[in-house]
Amino acid sequence: MKTQIAFTLNNELRKMDVETNQTLADALRYLMGTKSVKCGCERGDCGSCTILFNGKSVRSCLILALEADGQEITTLEGIKKPEEEMTPLQEKLLANNSFQCGFCASGMIMSLTPLLKKNPSPSEEEIKEAIAGNLCRCTGYEPIISAVKELAKENRQQKEKSK
Amino acid sequence: MPIAHEFKYLKAKSLKNAFALMEKHPNYQVLAGGTDLICAIKEGMISPEAVIDIKGLKGLSKIKLSNGELSIGSLVSYSEIIESRTIKSYFPLLKEAAEKVASCGIRNRATMVGNICSAVPCLDAGAPLMVYEATVVVEGKDGERLIPIKEWFVGPRKTSLKAGEIVKEVRIKEPALKHGIAYDKLSRYEGEDLAQATVAVYLDEQNNYRISFGSVAPVPVRASSIENLLNGKALSAELIAQAKILVAQEISPITDIRATKEFRLHMCEVMMERSLKRAQMMLGGK
Ligand SMILES: Cc1cc2nc3c(=O)[nH]c(=O)nc-3n(C[C@H](O)[C@H](O)[C@H](O)COP(=O)(O)OP(=O)(O)OC[C@H]3O[C@@H](n4cnc5c(N)ncnc54)[C@H](O)[C@@H]3O)c2cc1C
Repeated sequence: MKTQIAFTLNNELRKMDVETNQTLADALRYLMGTKSVKCGCERGDCGSCTILFNGKSVRSCLILALEADGQEITTLEGIKKPEEEMTPLQEKLLANNSFQCGFCASGMIMSLTPLLKKNPSPSEEEIKEAIAGNLCRCTGYEPIISAVKELAKENRQQKEKSK
Repeated sequence: MPIAHEFKYLKAKSLKNAFALMEKHPNYQVLAGGTDLICAIKEGMISPEAVIDIKGLKGLSKIKLSNGELSIGSLVSYSEIIESRTIKSYFPLLKEAAEKVASCGIRNRATMVGNICSAVPCLDAGAPLMVYEATVVVEGKDGERLIPIKEWFVGPRKTSLKAGEIVKEVRIKEPALKHGIAYDKLSRYEGEDLAQATVAVYLDEQNNYRISFGSVAPVPVRASSIENLLNGKALSAELIAQAKILVAQEISPITDIRATKEFRLHMCEVMMERSLKRAQMMLGGK
């Protein structure tokens, strides 16, 4: 039996008819078409389905679609400002060739986005902590971490200049 | 991936409504953060007829300290525990343990109460709550019950929660004396992994000791023989050496996919020593 829910997806009010036993990851991909949400391990281990649920990073494979009723959901598709082509984080990841196959990319970005919002110049430890639950099987993480460190450094310098 | 099993999804509007729903659908499961429950349903470990979501219930989302007693509502997430100033200042052992749970994306949903309700032997909340001598407050249609944490854990995945009851909160009395604490978790790698062994330690200015081990017995263990040996005595290398001999009597580790029993035993001795020293340093203001 399907139930209709209404929620905010990437700043737009949306409705969808979902099955009781449908996960949010599944509904976002196949009903809403936000294909940045990847279904990987399906048990919270790999982080590739990470989205923001009321601003917090969560694993959408462990949430029922029905739980999104009335809530604010953000996927990778919704993180950039209208005037941007991509966010500064995405620019840096691209410039650093941070990903190979790209399967983990959206999850990584969705785990890093709230960190950078709270703290624009995180330490290496904080960066690692933020992506501790995101698996990447191509790169060994180094080019991802170094890209974020570069961004953190630039943000720090920017802040000092504006003082 | 859709979930193979079909169930009803019911959102409880009040505690009373939740009790009524549980009575109407005896094969139910309560849903909090869902990080254990959704996995278990997906993997076919459980097949409830109804999933009762309690996230809409009022009054279960707070962390409060009043009259020397802390209350953590059952909907409080691990991230909220980590961010709480009250917990950082007065119950730092809980913060240390919460930081070791899973990853940020899980902690943003997972509740500490869900952790103790799942009651798998490797849970992170067990040893710290044993050391703080917490009380679990549950309610069913016949009223409220207060369950001391040492009576809460009955066996692997078994608690003293009865059918028709919901956990409302966990209460902890603020320790009266100046004290130091430490939590240590052994896992296969840093980052996100379940525990091979955990230890929680409390030590106060009058040399009272509390020590608990997790993931090395069916339920979290309070190491009373070690506490009896240490109580009233200042920590010394000799005393620690005597205490380490007693660890083997207190725990009953098994060999599984994560570690052998020999390794677990050895590491419990090592982690207890480190934790005692770290708690002592904290007590000394370092
Ligand atoms: C990738 C991953 C990593 C993990 N890592 C760790 C780890 O490092 N350490 C660790 O300890 N755990 C870990 N876990 C397990 C899990 O995240 C925790 O046990 C979590 O605290 C469960 O809380 P929850 O709110 O998600 O519970 P849920 O999944 O919602 O519920 C769990 C169980 O408790 C019952 N329940 C929940 N709340 C109540 C209530 N108020 N009253 C009555 N019954 C209730 C439910 O019915 C269910 O049976 C991990 C899980 C995943 C998926």
